[in-house]
Amino acid sequence: MKKRWYDYLWIVELTYLVLGFFNILFAWMGLLFFFIPLIIAAARGTKGYCNRYCGRGQIFGLLGGRFGLSRKKDIPRWMKSKWFRYGFLIFFFIMFFQMLWNTYLVFAGAQDLRQVVTLLWTFKLPWNWAYHGTLFHPGVAQFAFGFYSVMLTSTVLGLITMVLFKPRSWCVYCPMGTMTQLICRAKNRKGDLATEQKG
Amino acid sequence: METRIKRRAVVDGSACVACGCCAKVCPLSAIQIWRGVRAVVNADKCVGCGKCAKECPASVIEIQEVRP
Ligand code: SF4
Ligand code: SF4
Ligand code: SF4
Repeated sequence: MKKRWYDYLWIVELTYLVLGFFNILFAWMGLLFFFIPLIIAAARGTKGYCNRYCGRGQIFGLLGGRFGLSRKKDIPRWMKSKWFRYGFLIFFFIMFFQMLWNTYLVFAGAQDLRQVVTLLWTFKLPWNWAYHGTLFHPGVAQFAFGFYSVMLTSTVLGLITMVLFKPRSWCVYCPMGTMTQLICRAKNRKGDLATEQKG
Repeated sequence: METRIKRRAVVDGSACVACGCCAKVCPLSAIQIWRGVRAVVNADKCVGCGKCAKECPASVIEIQEVRP
């Protein structure tokens, strides 16, 4: 099938992840990957981001598909259940707000900047090589470390489920994907009956 | 000569995550994401090749035989 410009957005995602190894402040750019999907869902009522522009999904698709780094087995039933998907979304939110709280504490001067990237909400990796000071408040850097932790954690989880199940298994429980689908559901509630008939 | 059995893709809409992986691989553009909620198959276009079912990360597409 014909490739479009947006089929290459995986390069942007990869660049983002690599830049975080050199200067953590680039992590701020990741806010785009948060807001663009939500804006598309809220404004247009579609999952256009997932369906077209998401570079992360493309990376998993390429590595698991083209490069064959996936067993291509069915994902376990519980992982696609609403319980797990919504549960993971809530868990993700809680951890996100905890990260924001830590950032706030640094801004408020109650806590020193911690130059670590926390993987899977547990493992603290020293990341001081990627910090060269900031012109702004240390809190700006703390947010960068926290946000990059979120991005790296979801990448690692996505890679694990890519290998175990189908390439884009992450998309089944991706919090952004779940959230945008919820927004679209809410926006398009009136049309529900029509879809049921289409099968 | 026996008649060819027709097949087509059927989506379990309640479990679909609307990721769009299926739409990306369908050679006939017979499956599309309906308003970010779920995938919908165009029964007239679908030939039941199964590409979408193979790709679907949630494995919610089934290829079913249909009577003509
Ligand atoms: S579900 Fe998540 S990873 Fe998958 S395409 Fe959507 S935003 Fe990207
Ligand atoms: S690939 Fe599967 S889960 Fe994703 S939109 Fe298509 S049918 Fe739904
Ligand atoms: S079975 Fe083949 S033709 Fe039908 S929707 Fe899936 S990919 Fe398209």
